[in-house]
Amino acid sequence: MSTDATGLTFLDRPNSYIGRSVPRPNARRLLEGRGVYVDDVAMARLAHVAFLRSPHAHARILSVGTQAARAMPGVIAVVTGAELAQVCTPWIGVLGHFKGLRSAPQHALAIDRATWVGEPLCAVVAHSRAEAEDALALVEVEFEPLPAVVEMETALDPGTPAIHPELGDNLAFERVLDVGEVDATFRDAEVVVEETFHFGRHTGVCLEPRAILADWAPADGMLTVHHSFQAPHMMQDILCKHLSLPEGAVRVICRDVGGSFGIKVHIYPDEMATCALALMLKRPVKFVADRLESFQSDIHARDHRVTARMAFSAEGDILAIDMDDLTGIGPYSVYPRTSAVEANQVVNLTGGPYRHRHYRARARVVLQNKAPTCQYRAVGHPIATMVAEGLVDLGAARLGLDPLSVRERNVIPDDAYPCAGVSGIRLEKLSHQAALAKLKAMMGYEHLRAEQAALRRQGIHRGIGLAAFIEITNPSAAFYGVGGARISSQDGCTLRLDPQGGVVAAVSVTEQGQGTEGIIAQIVATATGVPMDKVRVVSGDTQTTPYGGGTWASRGAGIGGEAAWQAGKALRGNVVSVAGAILQADPGSLDVRDGAVVDAATGAERMTLAELGRIVYFRPDTLPPGVQPEFVATRHYVPKDYPFAFTNGVQASYVEVDMQTGFVRLLKHWCVEDCGTVLNPLLVDEQIRGGIVQGIGGALFEHCLYDADGQLQNGSMADYLVPMACEMPDIAVAHVVSATASSEIGAKGAGEAGTAGAPAAVVNAINDALRPFGARVARQPVTPEVVLEALGLI
Amino acid sequence: MASENPDREHAVAFTLNGEAVRARVPARMHLGDLLRGTFGLTGVHLGCEHGVCGACTILVDGRAVRACLMLGVQADGAVIETVEGLTESGLIRDLQDAFHARNALQCGYCTPGMLVTAAELLADEAAASSREEIRAAISGNYCRCTGYHAIVDAIATTAEARRDARREAVE
Repeated sequence: MSTDATGLTFLDRPNSYIGRSVPRPNARRLLEGRGVYVDDVAMARLAHVAFLRSPHAHARILSVGTQAARAMPGVIAVVTGAELAQVCTPWIGVLGHFKGLRSAPQHALAIDRATWVGEPLCAVVAHSRAEAEDALALVEVEFEPLPAVVEMETALDPGTPAIHPELGDNLAFERVLDVGEVDATFRDAEVVVEETFHFGRHTGVCLEPRAILADWAPADGMLTVHHSFQAPHMMQDILCKHLSLPEGAVRVICRDVGGSFGIKVHIYPDEMATCALALMLKRPVKFVADRLESFQSDIHARDHRVTARMAFSAEGDILAIDMDDLTGIGPYSVYPRTSAVEANQVVNLTGGPYRHRHYRARARVVLQNKAPTCQYRAVGHPIATMVAEGLVDLGAARLGLDPLSVRERNVIPDDAYPCAGVSGIRLEKLSHQAALAKLKAMMGYEHLRAEQAALRRQGIHRGIGLAAFIEITNPSAAFYGVGGARISSQDGCTLRLDPQGGVVAAVSVTEQGQGTEGIIAQIVATATGVPMDKVRVVSGDTQTTPYGGGTWASRGAGIGGEAAWQAGKALRGNVVSVAGAILQADPGSLDVRDGAVVDAATGAERMTLAELGRIVYFRPDTLPPGVQPEFVATRHYVPKDYPFAFTNGVQASYVEVDMQTGFVRLLKHWCVEDCGTVLNPLLVDEQIRGGIVQGIGGALFEHCLYDADGQLQNGSMADYLVPMACEMPDIAVAHVVSATASSEIGAKGAGEAGTAGAPAAVVNAINDALRPFGARVARQPVTPEVVLEALGLI
Repeated sequence: MASENPDREHAVAFTLNGEAVRARVPARMHLGDLLRGTFGLTGVHLGCEHGVCGACTILVDGRAVRACLMLGVQADGAVIETVEGLTESGLIRDLQDAFHARNALQCGYCTPGMLVTAAELLADEAAASSREEIRAAISGNYCRCTGYHAIVDAIATTAEARRDARREAVE
């Protein structure tokens, strides 16, 4: 957080909205059922598409018979993969900075071969979705089933066929990092603990399924796409490339988005096909995934097996970590962000809070015939955190030390920054010690330990679990751009002051409910001096906002917010300059506060913005000679000094385990995190809480179960468990504030923190409860069955 | 029986958000599609169409019902209220205010169904409303964004305010 010449920050500005719990202005319409999600967009001549999806995990497509389907009532077109490929070119999900990453060309509709259950291979367009599905049943496909590569553990065996024969084997990517003297450190260590962690593949389950409505207007040469998506400019660029259209011919609009969490930031074959169909049929075509196809075709994530060990000194110092990560990503690396990022993050982040200087990690990313995986909220973080925090608890138990004190002993001290983590990540300013101290007080750690011991004597088995973590936010071009991806890491904000003194703010960061538009309005109001209720925010439209990256990797507040702050300062500068000319005052002596130009020293009103607007817009003839007001200001921002703004936090979970049934009851959860400047406590706390529950889902419930043939066994909401209100605990949230000096507002991201730490906290709590029984779990989700197995009861 | 045309239409008449309405409904169309498509009530959100997620929850004759689990033809003679109608009548204004103030919504997709479920809970003056009871009552409504804590807070706040108002009215 920077200060001006007087030593004041924006927090000291009169009428500052920053740091206040202001409700989101755009939430009202959602509360009244007046949101506009893609499926709510009305359009003349609208056609609906349904996709025939592969019932086989791996099969050759010998023929696709469409005649009977074409003859069905209401059908407009039946389009095969080969036909669609005339309009939409294939893609390959690789990036230059992941050296050696390999994948194969992927088509919008499979042509010769289907590679997972759910891969789309034929489209039926009809006047209604129901008619399209009726006709779909009559499409005759002749398949020749091929051997399916299902288990990631055997995907690299010499006897396992390569899914893409041209690649030779199923290894998509491998990264090895070896820092310090790992072997010698383990050899000489007092205590070495080891564990194999299994992470169940799960998925995002956005309540609004993926949805896209593409409208091709040949007369205008314009493809307008309404999309439930996070990154409209990225989608625009990719549609241009693969549909062979110039940039100006594609407009992507993202209005209300019913949850995204990284699910809606990737290129999906069915969505590309929908846009191609609009071009082919010269009319609007809509695709809304139903829940069954969402489970089969949304990206999955976190299908990892990690074997890891940690070396300790007798005093409890963490000396070294050695880990091996294996992950299955489905048959293709997902375009354009690739499916190597998650494993890469696991390598970068594991043990990130700690001081050890010896670290070895290997990550192997393998292809398999399951749904593709890619970046989902807190990419890699929950895995990295579970591995390190699980090992810390094992070490503490072996050494007979308190797990909280082991963490206090080993975290990088708060006064050691800036520094580099052992994996090479550059850390500007973290606050592990302060966060641990705050957590300890907030949860009443000692009291809870005493309660736990007392209840244990009564046969009630509770556990306390801790998880310290680091979190990647505010990504620069180092994330994707350097690898050749045309994904913007810079973002912009354009402000326009209107005649009545209101401001319209157009931003390139996007809203999916986290409150982006709300914090932009707060920042703009603070920077310009215009009351917040007079600031209108526009986002999610490639045609009307500045160019930018949208929402991913917790960048909206830190990057989009700084662009808005700079634009607001620039607009205020323009305003006082014109007002100074009119009032014959030094612009430096003026300020804008609460909708009026005031004398900065006394606060006395000199003229309202409405009066200034009246003169500037309607009586410019009365302005002093040579004065040309510019009441539009645009600024862009990208962090330049650090590739990422790392944040940190620590979570704690208190659980009760029923040793007869294996059921886990979540009693309470705590999180202390440090996202730098807190722009709006109300919004950031709910980001943390929502993220925690999403993490708990992966820890206890969520699992995409496949059988040996690669068939998804539980692809419906009746069978795939998600966290519901009755099972979730109340969650206490607190903050430590270490503002980043990279920007003036000093905000870092907070979107990943909850999900990053929650699984490890919960699993560690379960293991803390199980410890007297000599049992432990290391397989997520920790279902009652997993607990009972650990207890040797089944 | 397979020869029956699933799109054969049937006439229905019912009360929708206080208005008498009529429609011709294909036999296989569920009530959610009827309300969204024919009547433009896009506040009825479809999340799973299996009756699990609760996004399409509406009031049918005063009871919370999944619109995706009722056929449109079954609406005949019913009194139906959606979030749009509850908003218009002002019946849930306090609940909506509490959700807004507490940020008990993020993406807003579960919100109409959540509000309708909460409205049913709060309409029963005798119903207790501890946090556990509120959690149980909304446990058929899936929310991916909030983690539920803020929703429980907002419903509890509203329940308490209504209790206080009733008490004052008695005194």
